[in-house]
Amino acid sequence: MVDSLTPVLTKRWLSPRSWTIKTYEQLEGYTALRKALGAHPDQIIQQCKDSGLRGRGGAGFPTGMKWGFIPQGDGKPHYLVINADEGEPGTCKDIPLMMADPHSLIEGIIITSYAIRANFAAIYVRGEALHCIRRLDGAVKEAYAAGYLGKDILGSGFDLDVVVHAGAGAYICGEETALLDSLEGKRGQPRLKPPFPATAGLYASPTVVNNVETIASVPFIVNGGSDWFRTMGRERSPGPKIYSLSGHVTRPGQYEAPMGTTLRELLELAGGMKDGIPLKFWTPGGSSTPLFTADHLDVPLDFEGAAEAGSMLGTTALQIFNETVSVPWAVMKWTEFYKHESCGKCTPCREGTYWLVQILQRMVAGNGTASDIDTLLDVCDNILGRSFCALGDGAVSPITSGIKYFKDEFLALCDKNSAVLAGAH
Amino acid sequence: MTLAPEKSEVEVPEGHVKLVIDGFEVVAPKGELLIRTAERLGIVVPRFCDHPLLEPAGACRQCLVEVEMGGRPMPKPQASCTMTVADGMVVKTQLTSPVADKAQQGVMELLLINHPLDCPICDKGGECPLQNQALKHGRSDSRFHEHKRTFPKPLPISTQVLLDRERCVLCQRCTRFSAQIAGDPFIELLERGSQQQIGVAEGKPFQSYFSGNTIQICPVGALTSAAYRFRARPFDLISTPSVCEHCSSGCAERTDWRRGKVQRKLAGDDPEVNEEWICDKGRFAFRYATAGDRFTRPLVRDAESGELRETSWTEALQVAATGLAAARDAKGVGVLTGGRLTVEDAYAYAKFARVALKTNDVDFRARAHSAEELEFLTSTVLGTTPDNGGVTFTAIEAAPAVLCVAFEPEEEAPIVFLRLRKAARKKTKVFHLGQYTSPAVEKTFGTLLACVPGGEPAALNALEEHAADVTEALRGSGSVILVGERAAEVPGLFSAVARLAASTGAKVAWIPRRAGERGALEVGAVPNLLPGGRLVSDAAARSEVENAWGLVAGTLPTRAGRDTNGILVAAASGALDALVVAGVDPFDLPDPGLAQRALEFAGFVVSLELRPSAATAHADVVLPIAPAVEKSGSYLNWEGRRRDFGTTLEGTGALPDCRVLDTLAVEMDADLFTQTPAAAAADLDRLGSNVAEASAPTVSAPLLVQPTAGQAVLATWRRMLDNGSLQDEEPNLAGTARPVVAKVSAATAVHLGLDLGADITVSTERGSVTLPVEVADLPDGVVWLPGNSGPVTVRRNLVAGHGSLVAVAVSDGPSAEKSASDRGGNA
Repeated sequence: MVDSLTPVLTKRWLSPRSWTIKTYEQLEGYTALRKALGAHPDQIIQQCKDSGLRGRGGAGFPTGMKWGFIPQGDGKPHYLVINADEGEPGTCKDIPLMMADPHSLIEGIIITSYAIRANFAAIYVRGEALHCIRRLDGAVKEAYAAGYLGKDILGSGFDLDVVVHAGAGAYICGEETALLDSLEGKRGQPRLKPPFPATAGLYASPTVVNNVETIASVPFIVNGGSDWFRTMGRERSPGPKIYSLSGHVTRPGQYEAPMGTTLRELLELAGGMKDGIPLKFWTPGGSSTPLFTADHLDVPLDFEGAAEAGSMLGTTALQIFNETVSVPWAVMKWTEFYKHESCGKCTPCREGTYWLVQILQRMVAGNGTASDIDTLLDVCDNILGRSFCALGDGAVSPITSGIKYFKDEFLALCDKNSAVLAGAH
Repeated sequence: MTLAPEKSEVEVPEGHVKLVIDGFEVVAPKGELLIRTAERLGIVVPRFCDHPLLEPAGACRQCLVEVEMGGRPMPKPQASCTMTVADGMVVKTQLTSPVADKAQQGVMELLLINHPLDCPICDKGGECPLQNQALKHGRSDSRFHEHKRTFPKPLPISTQVLLDRERCVLCQRCTRFSAQIAGDPFIELLERGSQQQIGVAEGKPFQSYFSGNTIQICPVGALTSAAYRFRARPFDLISTPSVCEHCSSGCAERTDWRRGKVQRKLAGDDPEVNEEWICDKGRFAFRYATAGDRFTRPLVRDAESGELRETSWTEALQVAATGLAAARDAKGVGVLTGGRLTVEDAYAYAKFARVALKTNDVDFRARAHSAEELEFLTSTVLGTTPDNGGVTFTAIEAAPAVLCVAFEPEEEAPIVFLRLRKAARKKTKVFHLGQYTSPAVEKTFGTLLACVPGGEPAALNALEEHAADVTEALRGSGSVILVGERAAEVPGLFSAVARLAASTGAKVAWIPRRAGERGALEVGAVPNLLPGGRLVSDAAARSEVENAWGLVAGTLPTRAGRDTNGILVAAASGALDALVVAGVDPFDLPDPGLAQRALEFAGFVVSLELRPSAATAHADVVLPIAPAVEKSGSYLNWEGRRRDFGTTLEGTGALPDCRVLDTLAVEMDADLFTQTPAAAAADLDRLGSNVAEASAPTVSAPLLVQPTAGQAVLATWRRMLDNGSLQDEEPNLAGTARPVVAKVSAATAVHLGLDLGADITVSTERGSVTLPVEVADLPDGVVWLPGNSGPVTVRRNLVAGHGSLVAVAVSDGPSAEKSASDRGGNA
């Protein structure tokens, strides 16, 4: 069956006062750092490459490769930026991680900064998560006091400052280049690439932007080794993963399991569907990933498995809906979110989401026609792959996949209306 | 079936790549954007945010094309305005790719869902990229049946620019222009998603000297001008290429007019000069020519009533000719031409003075001037052109370092400022020898070399010693020194500039503030030069001119004439009997009182003018002349580049100065051969040039006068938007002028006991002004005043100038409330 479910990333979460440096240190905390500081930075990068760790923010880019893109000896400052702007609907893994075990992130930051030769790291936290910001602030203070941050860390000669930065409430700032602009104090909108952050990121200097869960995985790799890391998960998507289960399940929450775990297995861990009402549809990785249905219960949830089944792993945010939920209604609510969060920079996303919402709202109100479905799909086609950043692509996922699997439900909304909208011409 | 591709014979030069666009093989320089390469092939990809002079944005997504790299198609259509060419790339535009075509149609449909489609009442209708491209690349019908987003409109973002947020497609051309080109980021995107909009910060309107360019590059009708809004439809307008008559940049413009009336001016495209930009003065300040008080018929002073009365050209010219001939044959006539003439008109004055009036008493400098300046112009500026190695706009852009001396580029030659900023954004180091960190210093990322007014020569002489980095930079090949009109107010400065140029090898350019000054110099509207750069004192040169003009040998006066000041002193003291005055405002002169006395005491005054001026009151004859838009001609810009323009408004009956002078000369039995600007230009061409060799001035700077308690040294220069008469009749433009404030250093403010918000009174024996004061990084003991803004007219109020000693004090009365309640106090 599956690999061992012994937790890695979440192993300290249930310890008393798990967020304190004292608890952390008692549970192997900051041992990986000592080990890392004894190695050459390039060795850390190589180890990360060997481990096969892939970004946990959604795109799954190989982490070690990303670090390797940072030009060394270029005379410029390097930066590490942690994307903690967790805002994808359904996603709830980074904030719990930072609440329960902030030092694992900080230790990962120090090791990563050492590896990429950065002396400044910023944690860009979603501004609404005030509790999380406070906790991180406290943890950073503790780490400074303990000598893990600041000048000459543990006598290694390596300096690092870490700043916790609160975002101002924009989903787009989870896009890494918008995040960098926002961090620089500018309007948060995605930047033109190239140049990529690895060459011109924060303040036009080489920058690594990584997700919280990615960096929190680093100390475990340093301590356990890349071979150990690869014992979990699957060949091309190794390691442990935190799955966030929400919606109609008996025990929603965060479940750590190896990459490639299926929803069927995760549902078992979560006590099954709530009240036994059968599953109707779900997202594998947040609302930006195309929907799955009950037919996809055995899809291995890793980067390849989700993609092969026609969706994406995303942030492993499993939003689970039972048969009582109307797909068009859920799709409408998601689309309202994207319309609200579209940054406005490019035409397809800005105007497209504005239009899609109105069509969906009209359909849900019972005033749709069958031709609206064609319009929805065509507008989605005009947004997908045409927008400036991936937000536009994500915005159409619920609609196209919803219509793909549940077209009848959309058609049913149009039953009482003629094919042509009154007053349309 | 596909034909086997022929072996390509196209050679790829170094630094270039070869790619295929819509089946055409094309070689492109590395780094070129696909949209540009396609355009060179004649394939126009629709676009909104793209602008060749702005950095790519990729925001509108209208220019999507299909791209294949290394035989593999890219999964998504790519924005051709952001992607650069690569070797082996295969690009399919809307012409050959159904995917690209659908993507473009899709984006167009999306752009239109929230657009009001109010083309029939929109200023842009008929010349609108959205309208044109929607017809070409859009659906014939919309599928959008929902509610459009609405905004209150129009929103005035300055007194001159109005914003219609519903029409806006958020391409960010305006914000990018303001941030990148002008350096005036007053406008910015606000809100997000479909609520995203252009806006200004509260209480901070779009006070940019270049705001009008955003209207011109707006691809929809979102930005309109208060001056032109709802005035005309583009398809009813006739467009005539023109040249700006304001500053010495000589910008290419397009004047749009109908039924004998100019409706608007637009920037012309001239990569060598103004690229595609003009300043707001050049764009909006043209209504002075249609002011109600414009002279349409000649006037002569009625002997009985002493008033001016309208008369015929015949009588006016006879009276003028008789008066001038009598004066010529008595003590003589002085000619003051002003700095705004075309080359042809200035030439006519220069020739009129020599041929009809037999004098060298002619000077174009209606401003502070000096003999040193004339020596400098003769030795260093005369005859330089882009063709013989003179400094040019493009030379500024390529220069490793530029030093501005007594020159405020943004205020005095705004397009030079834009080029300086463009250069500085790349690599050029810019230094400003001035008094404080003005906006232009900041926006050119410049280094201020601050000195006391009058201390400029000393500062330049000590540059090697105190700022070796500056002289080092100026030694870089292609470095440039730009010197402005204010230098004439600082004795020794032109000499110091010449010395610095000689010691560093930097090239020098003189950038006057007025459009006609450089041309007037070249055509001999100065006391020491004949046309073509010939010295009056050079017998051979004189005989060349006499020969060309058909004069009897020895006719031309042999001694240099009087300069403006000399002419005025002579007229005021009775040493000259008459004056010919064209476009001279006494209040531009260092001593307006002297000018007025000269006009008053001169026995006979002929004024060639567009509108009433201070000369009118004393004129015996007023001859109306044509404004720039009603005549043809050329300006010589500061580069020495000839800027020809044709007549925009034909048949108004208004005559250019050269025609009036030609006829007047005939009445005086002299022939100028300047009946038309073309004839004048031909006459000038026949004469050719023979530029005199002269040595640079070596005037040493006098010792600086130290201010005593309660005194300060005055720093002053004029702003682009001020009381200038060519800006009359355009209140919307005036509303974007910079606030009228004095500036002092923090220490001087403390020394004077100035509280925050208090007014300052600056006075001389001749008068005083009271105005709000701001702290700036001026040297201590210096007060800065705008030259001619609002109530502050330095020449008129104070009879002072740059470097004058003035008294400064905290204002002890003037705020309105105070004087009302405290009347009769010891003010």
